[in-house]
Amino acid sequence: MRVIREYKKVESLEEAWQLNQKKSNRVLGGMVWLKMGKMQIGTAIDLSGLGLDTIEETEEEFRIGCMVTLRDLELHPGLSAYTDGAVRESVRHIVGVQFRNLATVGGSIYGRYGFSDVLTMFLSMDTYVELYKGGIIPLKEYAKLPYDRDILVRLIVKKEKSDFHYQSVRNSQTDFPVLTCAAAKTEAGYRFAIGARPGKAVLFDVDLNGRNVENLAEYAAKCVKDQISTGSNTRGSAEYRKHLTGVLIRRAVCKLEQV
Amino acid sequence: MNITMTLNGKKISAEIEADTLLIDFVRDHGCYSVKRGCETSNCGLCTVFLDEKPVLSCSVLAARADGRTVTTLEGLQEEAKEFGAFIADQGAEQCGFCNPGFIMNALALFRENEYPEEEEIREYLAGNLCRCSGYEGQLRGIQAFLAWKKEKSGKESEKS
Repeated sequence: MRVIREYKKVESLEEAWQLNQKKSNRVLGGMVWLKMGKMQIGTAIDLSGLGLDTIEETEEEFRIGCMVTLRDLELHPGLSAYTDGAVRESVRHIVGVQFRNLATVGGSIYGRYGFSDVLTMFLSMDTYVELYKGGIIPLKEYAKLPYDRDILVRLIVKKEKSDFHYQSVRNSQTDFPVLTCAAAKTEAGYRFAIGARPGKAVLFDVDLNGRNVENLAEYAAKCVKDQISTGSNTRGSAEYRKHLTGVLIRRAVCKLEQV
Repeated sequence: MNITMTLNGKKISAEIEADTLLIDFVRDHGCYSVKRGCETSNCGLCTVFLDEKPVLSCSVLAARADGRTVTTLEGLQEEAKEFGAFIADQGAEQCGFCNPGFIMNALALFRENEYPEEEEIREYLAGNLCRCSGYEGQLRGIQAFLAWKKEKSGKESEKS
């Protein structure tokens, strides 16, 4: 495994930020991805003493601390109710319970991994990222930014009148996904996040305002397939992923329209 | 650095390196049931309870267990024996290398959900890999254990 020279459980975000300005230092999430790398770490910065491991729900929003685990997301009744189980569905295929008790939402979102079910799911919601120095920015912007040395404090999910649906395709249970698809039916139309393309998840809006579409599912599938760029890796080819995109979007729309 | 934790009910203090992993720490303290099976945070063999929650000890810094409670199979002998007998009755495993991690996670499941359905069992134990079997024996063993437990608790409530 990599060498960590020092471990520091910080007492404030300022302390974490200061330490994180040094290139050789790293913020720890759940460490399940970090440990796969071969890097040398000067100081491992642990945020777990800052009380950022809770999900707060108000009338308007969810406030999800960066140290909340994927298992916490999976079991949260408020998130389940708000997304009709989509959040649970998005994480429950990730490795196993023991892994999800470690992996953090902050680690997943900061990492902006191509394979991320978590990024896909949160992109489909009206999600914002709170950064210690950078303030609050929409996740869809954060997803496109290069890695920097700021501290991701929490996610904020604004509640809206939407229905959600999540699907992933995996070659075998608990593996990385071949494709992920989160769909939101909003008042303006549809929002789809497609991930594991295998590049990181991207967002597509299908505006249906004033449009009389005879076959909504086909229309949405075509819109996204025409725009999406997919690639090949050991799990699937670009063509296969494009085909899957159409299939998952059709299924999502049928489900959300209750056809 | 120095850490203090409760390991299997006993308070211990020890000097560790910043990058000591919990799996190596507990093995150094005699808990040889905890195994390293994959090195990719995937196989579940290194499962321990950290404050009652099952985690992969291969992916946790020992430093992060400072001040917390860690339980391995060594600390759950009675529970493990009772349940393990049902797995053995099915001849579920061949080499047995995955058994401690599997038992730990099964016990975690029963603590969260006393009488899980088949689908719930499969989902909870999906992160425990066994390369000898097809998991069918383990599933039969779990179901036999649950049926026995249900019968036992029925009899006890009749008595009272």
